[in-house]
Amino acid sequence: MIEIKDIEKSFGDTKVLKGISTTFETGKTNLIIGRSGSGKTVMLKTLLGIHTPEKGSISFDGRIYSELTRDEKRSLRTEIGMVFQGSALFDSMNVEDNVAFPLKMFTNKRGREIKDRVNEVLERVNLVDANYKFPNEISGGMQKRVAIARAIVNNPKYLFCDEPNSGLDPETSILIDELIQEITREYDMTTVINTHDMNSVLQIGEKIVFLKNGIKEWEGTNEQILETRNKSIVEFVYSSELFKKVRESLLEEDDEERKQDLNIKDE
Amino acid sequence: MIKEVFNKPTKWSVMKSLILKEIDDLIIGSMGIVAFISFFIGGVVAIQTALNLTNPLIPKSLIAFATRQSVILEFAPTFISIIMAGRAGSYITSSIGTMRVTEQIDALEVMGVNAINYLIFPKIVAFTLYPFVIAISMFLGIMGGWLAGVYGGFVGSDQFLEGIQTDFIPFHVFYAFLKTFVFGMLLATIPSFHGFYMKGGALEVGKASTTSFVWTSVVIITVNYIITQLLLS
Ligand SMILES: Nc1ncnc2c1ncn2[C@@H]1O[C@H](COP(=O)(O)OP(=O)(O)O)[C@@H](O)[C@H]1O
Ligand SMILES: [Mg+2]
Repeated sequence: MIEIKDIEKSFGDTKVLKGISTTFETGKTNLIIGRSGSGKTVMLKTLLGIHTPEKGSISFDGRIYSELTRDEKRSLRTEIGMVFQGSALFDSMNVEDNVAFPLKMFTNKRGREIKDRVNEVLERVNLVDANYKFPNEISGGMQKRVAIARAIVNNPKYLFCDEPNSGLDPETSILIDELIQEITREYDMTTVINTHDMNSVLQIGEKIVFLKNGIKEWEGTNEQILETRNKSIVEFVYSSELFKKVRESLLEEDDEERKQDLNIKDE
Repeated sequence: MIKEVFNKPTKWSVMKSLILKEIDDLIIGSMGIVAFISFFIGGVVAIQTALNLTNPLIPKSLIAFATRQSVILEFAPTFISIIMAGRAGSYITSSIGTMRVTEQIDALEVMGVNAINYLIFPKIVAFTLYPFVIAISMFLGIMGGWLAGVYGGFVGSDQFLEGIQTDFIPFHVFYAFLKTFVFGMLLATIPSFHGFYMKGGALEVGKASTTSFVWTSVVIITVNYIITQLLLS
């Protein structure tokens, strides 16, 4: 479980995170949602320790990050897996070497052992026969799978994903979402995902934190989000054309039912 | 910043292969262009000197002497370093810059890798071999001068060989290699930091390579002046 309390982060004069508190639960897919520019990436990078907050605390299962020693921070880092928005695969290495990288850098595992573990996770993300391909030779969806494999290869306790669906077609997006959710349960990880994709919100939003202008505007689950009357949420949820159409047609049906009701009463 | 290069080093088994790769890319990969330029510049220097020696009282061996001095003192160390700022420097800036804009550097740091050490240290080590490149450049430059002088009919082979041994001052070679070594370190670090600290996207990577080339050249030329002033005057 990750608990954050009253986090504030500014760049120069602009305050991007204005005092955010929440908890991300273990074994669940926790979502940070909000429009582009609302501070999702900054929030995730603050959790990761890439940005240092001016105020507030972050605790990883009771370990308060700012109070850890340099070595403790380093060892905490090895418990974190991260999937970047553009996958961020090392383009000078093939798929296998990308996934093997954390093992080579941070464990004492040797050749055969590393290879076995790499193949195991590549199989887990349903990517076979791509070991020797380079990142620019595979599709965006496959790159995402490699990025996920690299993030989980060292058995992390925490998994962070920045817009895992960006640049993917809807069908592939769903597969990637499902994969992340399954892996989260299997490995019992605390997973935090940034997204503005409503499909993901409804599909894997076990816990949702909605950011607006650097403030936590709302939090809840994917069931609650459709029922809330919070104006910003309603605007966000129905900002997609598809959802707008669905909502309009629902409202029309409502109208017709009402008219029919009236007609019946008229008679 | 510089301190970070040597801080919390990467595992040796990983670092070794990184160093070998950089030697291949930056040093061995540059040999072709360096050899080509050195050879022909050496030839041109010899021809130019010959054409300006109109006084029959001046011995022809002076052509060799002048070629040797220009090649060893300036053309090989300085001129080739400017070429290297374009060849290896731009490559370093654009490859590290691309890693920055595609979040590969963030990825390294998130994993707990000291990205500065991981990316820049191997380049510095590779450039400790830079004096060998310049030694080859000096050799080929003088070879070029010899061939151009002899086959152009400006000087006899014996005269040339005599000329390149005239007034040989070992300190000049020390001076040339000292500055070569310094230029090598500049070539490894300035483009690296330009790439590492850049912001933006693909377009900015291109711009960063250009600025990095300009800065590396300017610093090399300035440092060349300072070292020359300090050591030779
Ligand atoms: N390194 C940075 N320096 C300055 N401003 C930044 C930096 N990173 C993000 N910002 C600003 O913070 C705001 C939130 O950005 P971000 O977290 O990337 O939004 P998103 O929700 O789309 O991920 C934006 O206005 C952005 O310009
Ligand atoms: Mg973002």
